[in-house]
Amino acid sequence: MRYVNHEAVVKKMNKRLMVNGIFKTIFFAATLFALLVLGVLFYRIISQGVSYLTPEFFQNFGSRVPEKAGIKAALIGSIWLMCVVAPVSIILGVGTAIYLEEYATKNKLNDFIRMNISNLAGVPSVVFGLLGLTIFVRALALGNSILAAGFTMSLLILPVIIVGAQEAIRAVPQDVREASYGMGATKWQTIINIVLPSAIPGILTGAILALSRAVGETAPLVVIGIPVIVHFLPDNLLSQFTALPMQIYDWAKRPQEAFQYVASAGILVLMGFLLIMNSIAIFIRNKFSKRY
Amino acid sequence: MVQSLEKGSVRQIETSSIVYDTQKLNLWYGNHHALKNIDLQIKENEVTAIIGPSGCGKSTYIKTLNRMVELVPTVKTSGEILYRERNIFDANYGVEELRTKVGMVFQKPNPFPKSIYDNIAYGPRIHGIKNKKILDEIVEKSLRGAAIWDEVKDRLTTNAYSLSGGQQQRICIARCLAIEPDVILMDEPTSALDPISTLKVEELIQELKVDYSIIIVTHNMQQAARISDKTAFFLNGEVVEFDKTDVIFSTPEDKRTEDYISGRFG
Repeated sequence: MRYVNHEAVVKKMNKRLMVNGIFKTIFFAATLFALLVLGVLFYRIISQGVSYLTPEFFQNFGSRVPEKAGIKAALIGSIWLMCVVAPVSIILGVGTAIYLEEYATKNKLNDFIRMNISNLAGVPSVVFGLLGLTIFVRALALGNSILAAGFTMSLLILPVIIVGAQEAIRAVPQDVREASYGMGATKWQTIINIVLPSAIPGILTGAILALSRAVGETAPLVVIGIPVIVHFLPDNLLSQFTALPMQIYDWAKRPQEAFQYVASAGILVLMGFLLIMNSIAIFIRNKFSKRY
Repeated sequence: MVQSLEKGSVRQIETSSIVYDTQKLNLWYGNHHALKNIDLQIKENEVTAIIGPSGCGKSTYIKTLNRMVELVPTVKTSGEILYRERNIFDANYGVEELRTKVGMVFQKPNPFPKSIYDNIAYGPRIHGIKNKKILDEIVEKSLRGAAIWDEVKDRLTTNAYSLSGGQQQRICIARCLAIEPDVILMDEPTSALDPISTLKVEELIQELKVDYSIIIVTHNMQQAARISDKTAFFLNGEVVEFDKTDVIFSTPEDKRTEDYISGRFG
């Protein structure tokens, strides 16, 4: 006796194929919806902002007159900010990841630390802003300087960098570590000669993506009290400054309609900034990644 | 096993020619008792094969000899392993020092994702040799020692991953020779290789035993019979029998050894 009735299967086949087609359409529509919204957003920003994207826009400071408003202070301020955030967050993050993955023994305390670092990645950025305000701006009396904002942003993206670096380190096969230990190499020699060279593409990709998040974050800067109209360029790490998202936020909330276009131009600059950083990340990943 | 040693002439070996003297070694992975009261004496300039079915503790034992087994965090040991009359578990015996004298070749070829040259020079470099000329000499000598010099001498700067599996394993052997060890531990070095590469590695082992003491774990009994001077048969974490290889394979004393080598289990 046969259990699969082929005639019945053929009869029901049309219905099965139809259900398959319906679901395919639903999922495609979901994808299309997100793409469509993104497309509309892009179109609006580009059509509004592109006419303001002149050389003067990059050379002028903020102004009350839309035609004279420029992004110079914010762009330079964001670059200064990155100069603090990148070294602080990468050194602390990669160091923590190396400790947790290579040195830390498996015990309850270390498991607890590991788990909470992942949780920290989900803490809202405004909370990190309050932390920065309390510790760096007030307790350490750094004021609303580049340094205070840089430390705050570093804390914000630190969990992301740590988790990314941990994954990159974990992806290095155990057997090449064993080969190194087997020849009498110390842990540090194994890390610096074997683990890090293999893990660095992954670590840097994660770090640069985290840094792009820091470029675009607004909430911590608002909480720290970063000014929006700055008519000078910062000359040291304790200078006051403004940054791209702050500038855009300020323009977008102004009542004059023209400033909406200025804000769009600012967004285009910010997106260009992010695009460059992401391209660097992709370039590093492709250039240095090794096969196993 | 002790009985067989006492009966034969093996007992009279001088202590100086013993590289490894294992005494009452016990090892646990957590609660799992993996090695039970191991007593084993390994002579220099011999090939000692360790055979036994999967899970009998043979790999664990060889990894204990250079303390690689301690990479597993839950490992506990008792007893002693004297390497050249010094207990390797002594608190003041650094694992790095031990592993400089005892090289290891692993089951799966595991070259570094670096050039062939940098693979071989890795060991000397971590031990402080920076002189380019000396490194060049070590690289050539080690590659010749592992019988792969002629195949790779024109492409020392290419990535070791571009070689075949058998070549990679001989690169790993050369890398091990580069630290000029006293003992070479081999953990199933041919299990991932094709028959021709296996033959090459076996021939190499025969050449190497002139200068080195070799301890090799193998699941292949014919291989043990072909290449080793002594054979130890492990079963369930115990040494069932340890004797000259021809004795083990022709007139084993223990019924279990006989059953295993005649293919009745394992």
